[in-house]
Parts: sequence; structure tokens; C-alpha cells
Amino acid sequence: MWTGRGGSSTFVVPAVLTFFLLDAVAYVQAKNFEDVRCKCICPPYRNITGHIYNRNVSQKDCNCLHVVEPMPVPGHDVEAYCLLCECKYEERSSNTIKVTIIIYLSVVGALLLYMLFLLLVDPLIRKHDAYTQPLHNEEDSEEMRPPVDSAQAKGNTVLERVEGAQQRWKKQVQEQRKTVFDRHKMLS
Amino acid sequence: MESEQLYHRGYCRNSYNSIASASSDEELLDGAGAVMDFHTTEDDNLLDGDAASPGSNYVMSNGGGAPSSTTHLLDFLEEPIPGVGTYDDFHTIDWVREKCKDRERHRKINSKKKDSAWEFTKSLYDAWSGWLVVTLTGLASGALAGLIDIAADWMNDLKEGVCLSAMWLNREQCCWTSNETTFAERDKCPQWKNWAELILGQAEGPGSYIMNYFMYTYWALSFATLAVCLVKVFAPYACGSGIPEIKTILSGFIIRGYLGKWTLLIKTVTLVLAVASGLSLGKEGPLVHVACCCGNIFSYLFPKYSKNEAKKREVLSAASAAGVSVAFGAPIGGVLFSLEEVSYYFPLKTLWRSFFAALVAAFVLRSINPFGNSRLVLFYVEYHTPWYLFELIPFILLGVFGGLWGAFFIRANIAWCRRRKSTRFGKYPVLEVILVTAVTAVFAFPNPYTRQNTSELIKELFTDCGPLESSQLCQYRSQMNGSKAFNDNPNRPAGPGVYAAIWQLCLALVFKIIMTIFTFGLKVPSGLFIPSMAIGAIAGRIVGIAVEQLAYYHHDWFLFKEWCEVGADCITPGLYAMVGAAACLGGVTRMTVSLVVIVFELTGGLEYIVPLMAAVMTSKWVGDAFGRQGIYEAHIRLNGYPFLDAKEEFTHVTLASDVMRPRRSDPPLAVLTQDDLTVEELQSTINETSYNGFPVIVSKESQRLVGFALRRDITIAIENARRKQEGIMLNSRVYFTQHAPTLPADSPRPLKLRSILDMSPFTVTDHTPMEIVVDIFRKLGLRQCLVTHNGNVLGIITKKNILEHLEELKQNTEPLTASWYYHKKRYPASHGSNGRPRSRVHHVQLIGSFQDGRGGDDSEEEVHLLDGSNR
Repeated sequence: MWTGRGGSSTFVVPAVLTFFLLDAVAYVQAKNFEDVRCKCICPPYRNITGHIYNRNVSQKDCNCLHVVEPMPVPGHDVEAYCLLCECKYEERSSNTIKVTIIIYLSVVGALLLYMLFLLLVDPLIRKHDAYTQPLHNEEDSEEMRPPVDSAQAKGNTVLERVEGAQQRWKKQVQEQRKTVFDRHKMLS
Repeated sequence: MESEQLYHRGYCRNSYNSIASASSDEELLDGAGAVMDFHTTEDDNLLDGDAASPGSNYVMSNGGGAPSSTTHLLDFLEEPIPGVGTYDDFHTIDWVREKCKDRERHRKINSKKKDSAWEFTKSLYDAWSGWLVVTLTGLASGALAGLIDIAADWMNDLKEGVCLSAMWLNREQCCWTSNETTFAERDKCPQWKNWAELILGQAEGPGSYIMNYFMYTYWALSFATLAVCLVKVFAPYACGSGIPEIKTILSGFIIRGYLGKWTLLIKTVTLVLAVASGLSLGKEGPLVHVACCCGNIFSYLFPKYSKNEAKKREVLSAASAAGVSVAFGAPIGGVLFSLEEVSYYFPLKTLWRSFFAALVAAFVLRSINPFGNSRLVLFYVEYHTPWYLFELIPFILLGVFGGLWGAFFIRANIAWCRRRKSTRFGKYPVLEVILVTAVTAVFAFPNPYTRQNTSELIKELFTDCGPLESSQLCQYRSQMNGSKAFNDNPNRPAGPGVYAAIWQLCLALVFKIIMTIFTFGLKVPSGLFIPSMAIGAIAGRIVGIAVEQLAYYHHDWFLFKEWCEVGADCITPGLYAMVGAAACLGGVTRMTVSLVVIVFELTGGLEYIVPLMAAVMTSKWVGDAFGRQGIYEAHIRLNGYPFLDAKEEFTHVTLASDVMRPRRSDPPLAVLTQDDLTVEELQSTINETSYNGFPVIVSKESQRLVGFALRRDITIAIENARRKQEGIMLNSRVYFTQHAPTLPADSPRPLKLRSILDMSPFTVTDHTPMEIVVDIFRKLGLRQCLVTHNGNVLGIITKKNILEHLEELKQNTEPLTASWYYHKKRYPASHGSNGRPRSRVHHVQLIGSFQDGRGGDDSEEEVHLLDGSNR
């Protein structure tokens, strides 16, 4: 069934796994000093304008008394002023973001290159090749054979097998394209 | 040796049915054919000894059924024919058959369990594989959701500028550590550079505005173009929301490749691009598709799920729960969504697995923390202000608005999609995407509420005005006059900023309504939840501000007098936005319970359940008054997927004989006889018709039912026999009985096909009311059902016949004249170049009549299943 699908597509699973691993690494390092902050926003009070305070403190210390420095009001007013302030402890993982964006961009880049290859270069190479024809014929009868059989029946070298897988995948996509874009049977 | 194998192929499945049907009454009625019939069945029973084992009454033989009492020793060595019991693309599965297969497999594993430690380990692995696969699915969908969230946020901000110190940070993260301390500077951020600043070197002025405008449009266009190109080149199935198709798949339809690796990859990648391009679409629906792809891919690691379509659908149900769980950060809402909206067959075991999958996915996403707010969604808000009874009136009004919007949207979007489907306009998908993106970008940029990410817009609308808020929506007049601004009188007169914001919001509302209609159905991944919520949130916020101002200026009205004392915090516009969002989403999707739970999980406040319920219920009532279908059902109907909705009632008084095929004017049903066909005859029957299954009868004279054989299984079995068994010629006899018929001495070896025969097909009599038949189909998930009269086969009812019948009744017109193939491909000649018959594996679903089967191909290409165009 699906074992016969495009062999070149198998990098999804590694990508996800890599993402996981890198993320785990990133998560361990998440607590470095740039990735936590305690942000206090103090609204206008008496004649003092609103202020935002931003400091790296631990979650325990994330309150107005520790973060607001220098205190703009005299001692007896501190309590009233601090009641107005809202402090929020936030943490992030900039490494996760970095790794994610890099993975994403590389996947998009790879897909873009492969797309350009398929659209521009591939037709030029394939013009002389005649072996696509037998592959097409094989396709129909193959579906009901067990996958083990078909793997043996295919080319011997790895390259040929990849070729075959790619051809089959292309045919499937072609079929999907017909269903969706030409016949409008689905997803319209 | 081989002949022995051939001879004993198939596990004995002689059923009680045949014994029961051979009762003496019937023989008397049956007349001539009965005598012979009696002999065959009686012989079978006596020789098999099968009557002693009632357990094997319903054994599905293939796929490794347990050998029952009568099996020959050789049967142990015999492996089932590979491929039998699988399905073709665009076919409906037989839930009953699949469930039986699974039970059989389970029994086999259990019986072997005590043999050895290895078998015991295998049985443990088998028992745990369900939990393993949902764990893996949850992990993967959580991780992918994190990736999508982070990447989409970053790319969305890329339209406006870039973070110079660290390219990979979005605007908010870029300004994370900046030390702008005063309120005036709070939105400034030196590290973040606009494109105008980078290119022209100036941040202000008309020149830079135009530059930013241009860059915004440019990026939007390039993202959208890249997305649609990737979809078109690599995985056309990745477009759209995916929920209608997943509903159909879960109801038992096969769409090969719809949940495959490439679809997953392309959907993930292009979803980010589509969201970032600023189109009026969301990522929530496609996330369900992504999660289902993960579930499907992981189910291939476990034979329990990969070999059984019904079991696989249990995993997919759990996966869709995980998808919603990460999309909205609502694990319980996800489980309920799966139960209410997507799933067809949802046993309790699946409920627990869905629960677990949702939990794992939410946990993974939370540990990734994509938004840096320790929440699963961007627009998480927390209110604790109370609401008052009189506020139910505006809430219900919002519900009415949501229902109207839903009904209008469904009509308009379906009309537009039908146009796309049926006219030449649909031939230019790439151009359409580019055009819609260009229009969206050009009109979205001038208005700050449409320029920003829709999730951020929803967040801003949901958030209540407090001292922390800097948005224009919170510029109330009393903020100006000094220190006592916030706590004394929360209901304040609106300042100029609020009025300006309301104008912009109104424009944004109109813009969103129009663009969403044209966007949903584009050939890029596009979800509907976020735009609908945004529309509802805008409307709700406007209503909220209006009520707030009303309460401020008319606080002596008896309504406000009672509840809103002067100085008390009385109206919360953010709450109205949330109720409006729920109402609009409810109007479009017609969900109720799951929607309320999702929204309440978004807010974390239990006290708002009643307003949400009131609004959602109203919106469902109002929406249902204009049309009972939600958007997903409407799209299923538009595309003609074979989906038998369990929510609809069947109220007509037709009988099974009215629906069954063949119709009166049609040629008789194509049947096989149990022991007097040759391979050649069988093949010609198969090649001349396009049915997917054939009833097997005793003989031409006595049309008594023996069983049912599927086309695909027959072709596979013949192919297999040709390859593996010697002496099978074109004139070999084919028999479905236990023992070979007596043949002349010089005839070639007969071919036994008993193993592919379903000995216990579902039957109803011709006078069964359709209500009952429809119920049987819905509840058991049948694929076909034979209609008998006095034990003689009269005809067949398939799921598609029922759908066609429902459609006919709905339209109250003459039956659809043309056939309505769901999917038809062109086939090569049925005989290959080497003279061997080729199998026609891809073919239409079971259909009833000969005429349907042989009609001209060209015209049928254009006819869609359940085409609603003649509505």
C-alpha cells in the first residue's frame, strides 16, 4: 500500500525527530539570562508618568519591590504605587526559535530547489529516456502484489530503486493533480 | 501438494445462515431448484462438521483467520492471498468486515500468547500499540504545531521588517529585552527595523509609508505564490482546510495519499506561508489535517493499525483531537471536537486514546512555548470580572448575528466554490491565489486592524482595557485626568481613539467578511476558525463598547441602575468579543458543546459558560433556520463525498425494494454461481461490468444466496492462482463450495475461491423500510447490503445508492438520470499486450445497474456525485 510511496519523502520523520532533539537541547538551555524577564508596568501615579521596568530576576523576586529601581516615590508611598504596578514573569527559549526558523527555512529552500529541478531541469534530462514507459505499465499490476515482491522486481541498484520510487511518486502526484485541479472532484 | 493446498484453501466458514436458509419451508416453496440446493448445503454441513462451531459463523477468513475445527493440516501452512481484503482508492470500507478481521486477529494472538515468551511479548506489544501510536501522534503533532506557530509568527512579521540583531526573532521577541521605559516609547524598539528604514534610511514620512506598503504587498504575494506552487507541484491534497475530507475518511472512505508523508510535509510548510501571507485564513483547521497525517503515518509502524482500516480510523479520531488540542490549546475541547464534529465511529476506548493524545500534544506544545507567554495560544486571556443577567440580551443578539453570518457565509462560499468547480474560472488556481492575495494585501495594509496577524487582532479584541494596554481601543477620556483614572470608574466615556478604532473595526469587519468568502477554498491550506472568530470578535467588541457607553451615559435606566452602580466595573467589552467569536464560529460550523468548551478553555474562566452557551445555541438555531448544514457538511455535499450523515433523520416511507439496484428497467443483477463457472466466464463477467462485488448464488435455477465476493478480491485471487498454481487454465472450473464439483476426467484443475467469499453478507428483505436500512448502514457502517425475497437474491443496496436516494428525496424530483461516479479514471484495455487479462483495480464504487457501469465515459467525467447544481 503505502510502502510504495516516494522514497525521497522520508526526510519528514527525521526532520521532526531532529526538531525534537534540538528542542530538548534548547529547552535545557532556556534559562540563560536573556530568556527570562520580569516586566513591571506601572501606570501614571500622581505626577509621575507611566513607566516600564524590565529586569532579569528569578520568578520568586518578580514583584514591584525588587524590580522597580530606582523607586520614583518616597518611602511611605511605595506601597500605594506598587499596588498599581503589574508585574509579569516571562520566559522564552530563543534557541528553540532560532533552531525552528533555521529548520523551516532549510526545508523551504530544499523544496524550492527540488521544485525548480523538477520543473526546469528534469524535463531536459528526461527527454531521451525511454524507460519511463515500462515503469508505467508496471504500475498497474504492481499494486496488488505484496510490497516485498515489488521491491525485488525493481532495479537492483539503490539508484534504480530510488528512480522507480520517484517515478511512482510523480505518477501519484500527477493523479492527485488531475483530481484536484482538472476534474475538481475534491477540495474545491 | 499444491492441489491439496488449492483444494483446502480457505478456512471453513460455512455459516448458520446457510443452514437456516435451508429450512424445510423454503424448500417447499422453492420448487425445483430446492432439491439440489438442499443437497449441496446439506453435504457441506455434514462434511464440514462446521455446525458444531457457531463461533466461526462470522469469521472473515482472509488476513489470517484462525483455522477452525475442520481445517486440514495443510491449512496451517497456507498463507492468505496477499492483498485480499484491501481497498482501492476512492472506495468505501466495510466497517463490519474490518472489525471482524480485527477480532479474529486478536483471538489469534491471544490463543498463541501462552506458547512462548516471544509470543507473550508480541501480545503485549499488540495490546500497547494503540497507546504507543497515539503517544507518537501527540508528540509529533505538538512539535509540528510549535514549528508552525513559531515560523508563522516570524514570517508574518517579515512582511513589515526584520530584527537586525537576530534575524530569526519576530518583532515581539526582538524587543524582548529592550529598555524603553516610558509609556510613550513602549512600542518602539531600536533593534527592529522597518523595510523603509533599511532601504530608504528613514522611518517616517510618505516615502517610507509607500515603501512599507510595497514591501508588505511584495512579501505577501511571494509567500502566497510559493505556497500555491508547492501545493501544486508536490501535494495537491494539501490544500484547503481538510476537515471535510477527514470527516469523510473517518466515515469510512479511502483517499490514498490524503494523509501521506508528502501531504504532511507540504501542508506544514505551506500552512506557514499561507498564514504569513496575510490572507484571511487560519491555521487551526489544517492543524487537524496535519495531526491526522501524523496519526496515519505512525499507524504504519504497527501492523494492528496499518492492516485494518477501521482500526486506523480510531487512531485518526484521536489524532484529530490532538490537532484541535494544539490549535486552540484546548485538550478537552479537542476530544469533544473529535466526538462531535469529526468522528463517525467513536467507542469509549477511542475517547480515552483521544484524551491521551490531546494531553501529550498539549504538553509538547507547552514545553516548546512558542509564544513566550507560557500558553498554548496567542489569544489566551484571563478575565475575572462578573457579568450581569441583563447582558444576556446583547449576548443573544450576538448569537443572532453569528447565526446570520454563518448562514450567509455558507451560502456565499458554496456558491463561489461551485462556480470555481464548474466553470472555466477553476482552471487558474495559481492566478486566483495571487489575485486574492494582492487584493487582500492592498486593502489590508492601510487599516491597522487588518494589517496585523489575525491571531493578534483577536488577542487585542479579547483583552480587556487595563493599565497595561496601550492599544487605541483603550484610549478612554478619563485617562487624561490624572491619578484616579483606573480604579474609580471603569466604565468611562470613550475618547477619540476609541471612536477612531470603532470606525476602523467596522471597515475591518466588512473587509474580513468579504475576503473570507473568497479565501476559503483557495488552493492553499486554509482554515476557517480564525477568520470566523475574528469577525465575531470585531462585532462583539463593537457591541461591547456600545453597551458600555450606553451604560455610562444612561446609568439611570432601570437596567443599569440595578446592576451598574456608579463606579462599579460593569461592562467588559472583551467578554463581548469572546462571545461574538464563539457565536460566529458556531454559526459557521454548527458546533455547540465542543465550541463552548474550546472557548472556555481559552479563557480559563468558568463563569462565562452561560453567556457562551446562550450565544452559541442562539447562533445554531438562527443558522439552522436558514439551512441545516454546517460549512463542512456543505463542502462534503458540494464535492459529493460519500458521507452518510448520522445527524440527519430519515423520515420517508420508501422500502428497500425502491432503492435497490437493479431497477425495474435495468438488466438483471450480475451474479456468480457457486460451482459452474469457468475462469474465462468469471473474467468476462468481471471485465464486462464495473461492479465492485458480486453476489454468489447456488445456481441459475435457484437464485438462493450463498455469499458475496468482491471484485478486487476475485481479480487478486485469480492473478495469484495464475502465478502460484499450475494447471489453472482459462477453462478451469471456479467453485466457491467446500468441495470441488464432479468434473469430466479430462478437464483442467478447478480453482477454489472459497477463501475470498464472504459467507455472511448482510441481507434485508425487499419489504424492509428504508428507515431501518439507513439505520443499519449508519450504525454498522456497511458498504453494501443484499436484498432478498424468500431467500432469493433480488438486488443490492450500496452506501452510494442510499446517498443517491436521500438526494432524490431531498430534491423531490425525478431520479438523477446520469450515473454519478465519484471518481472514474480511464483504463487501459482490459487485456494487456501479452494477452493476459489486466485487472481493473481502480474502479468505481459498487454501483447497481448495468447501464451505469457501461455508459459513455466522457459524459460521466463531468457528472459529480450528488451534484447539487440542479438544486
